[in-house]
Order: sequence, then C-alpha cells, then structure tokens
Amino acid sequence: MRRSIAVVLLSTLALTACSSTDSSGAEKTAASCAPASGPVTLTFTSWVPDIQKVVDIWNKANPAIQVTVQTGPNGNGGTYQNFFNQLKAGNAPDLGQIEYDALPSFRVQDGLTDLAGCSDVTAAKDQFVDWTWNQVSFGEQGHVYAVPQDAGPMALFYRKDLFEKNNIKVPTTWQEYADAAVKVKAAGGYITNFSNSDINQFAGFAWQAGAHWFTNDGTNWTVDLTDPATTKVAGYWQDLIDKKLVSAVPPWTDEWNNAYNESKAWTWVSAVWGANSIATGAPKTSGKWAVAPMPQWNAGDQVAGNWGGSSTAVFKGSKHPYEAAKFALWLNTSSEALTELNKVANLYPAAKSGSALPALSEGVAFYGDQKIYDVFSTASGQVKPDFTWGPTMTQTYADASDGFKAAVSGQGTLLKALQDAQASTIQTLKSQSIPVKE
Amino acid sequence: MTVLTRRAAAMLVMAVCTVYFLTPLWWLFVGATKSGGRGVGLWFDHFQLGANVRAVLTYQDGIFVRWLVNSVGYTVGAAALGTLLAGMCGYALAKYRFPGREAIFNVVLGGVLVPATALALPLFLLFSKAHAANTFWAVFLPSLVNPFGVYLARIYAASSVPDELLEAARIDGSGEVRTFFTLSVRLMAPAFVTIFLFHFVAVWNNFLLPLIMLGNQKLFPVTLGLYTWNSQVDQRPELRGLVLVGAFVSLAPMIIAFLALQRFWRSGLGAGSIK
Repeated sequence: MRRSIAVVLLSTLALTACSSTDSSGAEKTAASCAPASGPVTLTFTSWVPDIQKVVDIWNKANPAIQVTVQTGPNGNGGTYQNFFNQLKAGNAPDLGQIEYDALPSFRVQDGLTDLAGCSDVTAAKDQFVDWTWNQVSFGEQGHVYAVPQDAGPMALFYRKDLFEKNNIKVPTTWQEYADAAVKVKAAGGYITNFSNSDINQFAGFAWQAGAHWFTNDGTNWTVDLTDPATTKVAGYWQDLIDKKLVSAVPPWTDEWNNAYNESKAWTWVSAVWGANSIATGAPKTSGKWAVAPMPQWNAGDQVAGNWGGSSTAVFKGSKHPYEAAKFALWLNTSSEALTELNKVANLYPAAKSGSALPALSEGVAFYGDQKIYDVFSTASGQVKPDFTWGPTMTQTYADASDGFKAAVSGQGTLLKALQDAQASTIQTLKSQSIPVKE
Repeated sequence: MTVLTRRAAAMLVMAVCTVYFLTPLWWLFVGATKSGGRGVGLWFDHFQLGANVRAVLTYQDGIFVRWLVNSVGYTVGAAALGTLLAGMCGYALAKYRFPGREAIFNVVLGGVLVPATALALPLFLLFSKAHAANTFWAVFLPSLVNPFGVYLARIYAASSVPDELLEAARIDGSGEVRTFFTLSVRLMAPAFVTIFLFHFVAVWNNFLLPLIMLGNQKLFPVTLGLYTWNSQVDQRPELRGLVLVGAFVSLAPMIIAFLALQRFWRSGLGAGSIK
C-alpha cells in the first residue's frame, strides 16, 4: 500500500514537473558538427521492418561508430508521440525515422538538429531528388533538418488486359480517366476505389494539381486546404463518387484486396510502394497489370504527385551530430544500404542513384515484366518541389478523413470536409500557440 | 407452460449472449487457420493452422517467442508479487487498528479511480530521470501496483478471517507474520485467486505502458509486438496473416490461467453461501 501512495504522490509531482517545463526558443544557427575524439555509440529508432540487418552492415564496417537500433510501431501509431515524450525527458535517440509530413511538427517543437553545420550533409544535396531535399529543409536556405530516405512518387497502375479487351484507351489526362470510368462501369467494374479513410492519397492528387496546403513565411503559418487546385481535385472526385463510377471500400482491408483480386477494380493511382500492395493483395491477377504515368490535368503536362516517404533526422540533444549525420548519409545514399532497405521493406530511395539499383531496373513479373520502376523514377523527377506539410498533420488528417468518410456515404461533400478540416486545423494551431495567419 | 416459456426465454438470452461473446473469438480462430490471413469470414478454407503457427513462431528469428516469454515474465511475476502485496496490505487494513488507517485506505481507493493510462506518461518521465526507461523494470515495477486488489483483500479479510482465530493464534505464541502466512492466507485463498486473475489479465493486456517505455524489441510484451507488426503491414503485407495467428496464440496463456484457477475460485464463492 505504501507503494501505491508513493506512486500517486510521485506521479503528481511528475505532472507538475512536466507542466512547468517551458520550451526554449528555436535556435536560428546550425549546430556545430565536430567529430568526437573516441568511439561513439548512437541510438537509432526506426520502424522499418528488419532495419537491424541494414544497420549490421554499417556496424561491421565502422567499429568506432556503433549504432543501436530501437524500434516500435509506425510513426502515427505511437513512435512520434514517444519521440516527443523522449525529447521532453531528455533521452531521445540520436537518430529517428520521421515521415515528411511529420517533420514540420518536430521542427516547430524545436526537436531537430539543424545539420547545415555538417559540411558532409550540405555537400550531399545534389545526390537527392530536388523535391525531397525541400521536404527536409522546408525550403529554408542554409538549413537542413533531416536526410531524405525514401519517396512515394505516384503513377497509374491499371489492368492492361481488361483495358485492351474492352478497347478502352489508357488515360493520360484526368478527363480521359473520367471518360474511361464510364466505360469501365459499363463493362461491370469500377475504375478505382476512392480512398475514403486514408486521406494521404488525396493529398498526393492535390500535390500534383499544384495545391499549397501550408506555407510558412518565417514566422506565420498559412493554412489553405481549399485553394483552387485542391477545390478542383475535390470537385473531380466528388463527381465520380456522385455518379457511382468509383467504389469506396475502406483501403487496406480484405474487402479492398478482394476488389482488385476479383477484377472489380481496374486501376489504382498510387505510389511506388503500391506495386507491392497489389502484388500481395491480388495474387490472382499476376501478369495482367501495367504502370503508366499519372493522368494529367492539362494534356501534355508532366507532373506527378507523391504519397509517403520518410527521412532520417538527428534529434536535438544528440551529443554526436557529426557521427549521426555520417550514418544517416550512408544509410540513405550508399548502394549497399539502399539495396538492403529496398529488400527488407520495399523502400524506394530518395537518392538519385537509387534508380540505378539492380532491383529497381529489372522487369517485374507481376506487371508482365514491365520495367515499372523506370516509370516511377521519371515520376519522382516530376513531383512538384514546393509542397509543404503543416505542423499538425495528425489532426488535419483525422478531421479530413472523418469528413471524407461521411461524404462518401452521401453526407456532405469532399469540399465541405476540407473546409471543416481547414477550420479545425487553424483552431489546433492556435491552441498550440503556433502563429497562424487567417 | 409458464415455467417452460420462462426457461426458454432465459435460454434464449443466454444463447444470444454466448454467440455475442464467442463470435469474435471464433472469427479469430477461423482467420488464424487461413492461408496468409486471406479473406474474412466465419468458415474455414485451406485449414493450415499448424503451418501458420510455425510461421509466426519463426518469423524474424523467432522474435514472437521472445515476446511471449516476456509477457509471461511480466505477467506471472507482477501478478504473483502484486497479489501478495495487495493481500498483505488489505489484510493489515482489515485486521490491525492504527492511526491513519482510514486515510490510507481512502488514498488506495482513490488509486482505483486513477486510470493506468493517465499514469503512463508521468511514469515514463520518472523512469527517464532514473535512467531506467527502456528496461525490464520500467514495465515490471509499475505493474506491481494493484489498488483494487487491496480493496478486495480488505473486504474479504474483514469477513473471512475471524478475530477470535487470530487471538487464539497469538495466545499459542504464533508471530503475526507466521499467522498471516499459515492461517490467514488459507482463509483468504479465494480472494487471492480472484486478485491474481484480475491482475494477470490486466498486466497481460497492458499496452500503453510498454508502448511508451520500451524501444528495445527484445523487451516487448506480445501485445506491443503484435501492434508493431500490424503497423508495418504496408511494408510487409505478409504480416497481416501473422498478426491474426499471433493474436490467437497469445490468448492461450490466459485461457490456461483461467481453466487452471477457476476451481479455486468456485470453491471460494460457494464457501460463503452456506453461512
């Protein structure tokens, strides 16, 4: 019993303790980046399955810089919250995996080490696809807050056999895509499934159309989830939903897999990692798929969207930013690490050299031996470089997907959902004392 | 006639409840027997439970077995020790008069009302200060605490351990500790079993605390391990099936604990009714 009291008392103390800690102001200058004099041990948290195998390669070759792997569920599944807790408690790992859309939240909480002081890192800029570098530098000149790891350039997966059999032209524009949707419906299928609970796909569409959901002028954030580009995209899909030309089962479910496996859904505009999702979700359709560039808003354009991707960041408080940055660069540029990352977790590298990896230059049997990664490599170079994520994406996603789910079941519209998410995002920013312009 | 219909109505309600509670378990069982977790549904196709279980146990060098062992370690250890602590505490509160007794009891009762979830983050900050986050103890020590067990033990000790018996023991020269372990523990056995079972289930299902405390995969309990796998499904689609099978396998220790202990439980519940 005495123990129970102790716990109650101590936890009260802890609560007061954490409420009294104030966040220090953001540093404007990059951290110094000097090598340590002796051997160093770094900790690295990542939820890439079997990341240990990749790190083992490094540890074997670098006895003076040993990396210990920590793991956990994916970022939004709890690891991001753990990072914030650990930053507060002062025991954050040296390095952590952070997706591009979560980086701004760590930036506004001042949780990241600015690696611009590490000349190795700044020198590596040209090794990465341009837009991925913008994701980790937020477009700020002379700053870089993480090293890009992987990317999710988008393209069109389609059932080559069914399109040919029904004499439907493979769409190159969104207008043609909508026309094809009518023909597919007539042939007894759906052109695709609209991802109603995973709004990241929609974000990829908006990104392609030139949306700017968030901008930051150095002090203030601007939120614009309903800019003209996004409104156009929302209207487009709303129309397909209203005409019942797309299905809307929840993504990543057996129902969803079945729709593809039973040839009910004929295309999927998705990211490069989607290649693996279809291959495992719809094994019966092996050899019948192909990949084409993403449909365009204007005929002749060459613009792609992006869905997913993450970076390797060095947390504030790491005592060894030099060594940490060195490891992060090796992990994300060396061909041995990129090959292994692709093997254990299907990561598609953000490094330009990634497209030359043997595994990414071969034909894929599931796609009729098409060299599908060539399409994605081209797409990665066509992703618009100026899309910025906001600092409270978890909340924005949650609110928008609530609205999307309702819209798909006939209550409200996608646009209305975005308007609501816009309001609640501004509210959330304000409640976290993040300066926002209305 | 009326007796018959009443009985039929009662049976119907029971049947509906049974179906309601068992359907998810049945679904899990059926799902665990299918190949690659493919297809939902309440009936079998391609029955291959054996192969599935083998796949789970050997995936990533058998990390799942490690998680199971960890869970058993956290659970059995914390439940046994926690039950003893709660039992002693409740017994002392029921049988000894000392200043502050009610105050202490009220604080413990207050502890029942504080959800474990609310304590996870403060505990993390505490353990971080002590440089003990991400260790076995970070999950084990907080799991020992069981205020509801204290409450239960006090109530039970008050009604099942007669003061006269304790007097007699004292007159015969038995020390307090000896009396507790030789006499009171036996009288309170049903309460101990109940506390142990509740505690066992609570620690086995504990998720948030390990999630916040642990980063080392080798320390994960099975709940956190399965959750981690489930969140990696988009990179490793084969994990979908393995999570189902793993969830099914992880039920086994709980079922064993209940079946093995329910005997004691029943005899305890019956004992009071003859009075």
